[in-house]
Amino acid sequence: MLKITDLNARVAGKDILKGVNLEVRAGEVHAIMGPNGSGKSTLAQVLAGREDYEVTGGSVTFDGRDLLSLPPEERARAGLFLGFQYPVEIPGVNNVYLLKAALNAKRKAAGEPEVDAYEFLTLIRQKMKVMQMNESFLTRGVNEGFSGGEKKRNEVLQMLVLEPKLAILDETDSGLDIDALKVVSAGVNTLRDAKRAVVLVTHYQRLLDYIVPDQVHVLSGGRILKSGDKLLAQELERRGYDWVQETQVA
Amino acid sequence: MSSKTQDVEGLLAQKYRHGFITDIESDSLPPGLDENVVAAISGKKHEPQFLLDWRLKAFRHWQTMQEPTWAHVHYKPIDYQDISYYSAPRAPANAPKSLDEVDPKLLATYAKLGIPLHERARLAGVAVDAVFDSVSVATTFKEKLGKAGVIFCSFSDAVRDHPELIERYLGSVVPPGDNYFAALNSAVFSDGSFVYVPPGVRCPMELSTYFRINAAKTGQFERTLIIAAEGATVSYLEGCTAPMRDENQLHAAVVELVALDDAQIKYSTVQNWYPGDENGLGGIYNFVTKRGECRGRNSKISWTQVETGSAITWKYPSCVLKGENSIGEFYSVAVANNYQQADTGTKMIHIGRNTKSTIVSKGISAGHAENTYRGLVKILPSAAGARNFTQCDSLLMGPKCAAHTFPYMEVKNPTATVEHEASTSKIGEDQLFYCLQRGISAEDAVNMIVSGFCKVVFKELPMEFAVEAQNLLSVSLEGAVG
Repeated sequence: MLKITDLNARVAGKDILKGVNLEVRAGEVHAIMGPNGSGKSTLAQVLAGREDYEVTGGSVTFDGRDLLSLPPEERARAGLFLGFQYPVEIPGVNNVYLLKAALNAKRKAAGEPEVDAYEFLTLIRQKMKVMQMNESFLTRGVNEGFSGGEKKRNEVLQMLVLEPKLAILDETDSGLDIDALKVVSAGVNTLRDAKRAVVLVTHYQRLLDYIVPDQVHVLSGGRILKSGDKLLAQELERRGYDWVQETQVA
Repeated sequence: MSSKTQDVEGLLAQKYRHGFITDIESDSLPPGLDENVVAAISGKKHEPQFLLDWRLKAFRHWQTMQEPTWAHVHYKPIDYQDISYYSAPRAPANAPKSLDEVDPKLLATYAKLGIPLHERARLAGVAVDAVFDSVSVATTFKEKLGKAGVIFCSFSDAVRDHPELIERYLGSVVPPGDNYFAALNSAVFSDGSFVYVPPGVRCPMELSTYFRINAAKTGQFERTLIIAAEGATVSYLEGCTAPMRDENQLHAAVVELVALDDAQIKYSTVQNWYPGDENGLGGIYNFVTKRGECRGRNSKISWTQVETGSAITWKYPSCVLKGENSIGEFYSVAVANNYQQADTGTKMIHIGRNTKSTIVSKGISAGHAENTYRGLVKILPSAAGARNFTQCDSLLMGPKCAAHTFPYMEVKNPTATVEHEASTSKIGEDQLFYCLQRGISAEDAVNMIVSGFCKVVFKELPMEFAVEAQNLLSVSLEGAVG
């Protein structure tokens, strides 16, 4: 589904990604771990098509299409979803309104009719239940005055409504208490099926207790230094990232 | 006195000698401005003596005044002798005969705004007889108002039919010598709207010039006077949400509102005149004096405006809060794109006790535009317990535009409360990217973000107007980002 080959990228003149290789197949969950500044978020942003991130080499295909040639909104409509690390507030724009516009943009691109208001409200209520979100969410502005945890829940809610093929979740677990972490994880797990894939970007092994990955990768210095199964995450937790870097040097 | 009359007659005779034969031509004066012209305008409209005197007094005062230069706008000097002060602004001879003759670009905009076909024709200035259906609408409308006792007519009709009301209220809020443009307007105003709502009457419908076909062509020196008598309520909508086909470069209108005891006036404007092209060529200069006086106790005047047009906008809808417990409100969205310049805001003059005012101003700048908020909150010694709340927010789109805020406050009573909040933000790359990542197009995303920014003001507009204002905003900002 997603194939990243020798990807190089820079931000503000600084090389961040230095040859990333990764393949994610349908049905899989991958976790990308690594220390601060290793390039995890950059990878997520580059895949989503953020303008300030300049791709200097390599290629990415998504469902066989050249992902890097598509503008961000088309990547989204093709089924790529990014759960933001820091979801932005858009004052005065209603949550439901944004989400409905997003869903309709996607449906329109797929040649499907727009969702009607009643149908949509039913859908969103059902997903809100999964995410244990308060009814007042429906009338609030996008992330406006949300706590850190509410913002993350909202990201996952959006994901559930949009049902992407590939969800990249950038530190969706950070800033969550244990109860919220369980809710968010349960939400992500409802999306897991044979046709979809999830890439989790995270610092902590904790999340992986709830969303069990098929593969774990360690990103450091702009490259994937080590890959393994879920046991790798546990080993990392025990031995720290330095361990990977040291073994690499040796 | 008689010499003046002779001048008028002389002028009219002279015109005739010069062979102004057809109806159309006899309906306009050659460029230039002096007392004869002022008198001729009054004469053509068969105005009573008091109005002629009033105009002449205003004209003489205007001659002693200087064009103001304090506004944060730049334009070439206007040659006031090069303007014709009396002409049907869209002379039927030049008006397009059908939609086929109208600039396709204009029509494309109407289509985007979702304006019905016959309405597009009216807006584009197609001769009125070509516009179907409107007459019957106007008639039903008149009947309903008549039953309620509401007077709603053109200014000229009011001068003819209700001279006592005109004499009593004209210039009582904006005196002829108030400012340069108001003085000019007072001398040469051509027509406009008049509303009188009798005591205790709640006007049964929103009043809008939409229904008054004859008033749609009032031209560049428009005069509006609205009076809400004791306990009366009225909501007035000015302008239309589509760009007007209009060749006049200078507009200097005056609007006066009078609210007596317990009366309420809500005045909403959506202004979208030609702003000039992408390079700043052409466009209308809109120099308007709008003021309302809460003359009576517990009265309320509320201005809501959405300004997206004009090359230059110079406009400060204001409230004079004389009556005890009276309330003044100002809600504004001003958009400036390309090379537009807007210097707009409000004045709230608190005179009576426990008077209250609210100012919410949202300025949006894009392209090379300059957007200025200028506001004055003045609390006189007599205004014990007065309160004001002001909020000014600016939104910048792109690196070349600018926003300025000049809030002035003069508080002369220690019991008054004045609050001011201001913010300037850039349309966030983050916000835009967030929307794009959800599959929403850049254009829709910008519209969404801007509408969110303006929401509190749109809420004040009558419902159907709010929807159109939103559409209008998106058309005005087309291509501003991405």
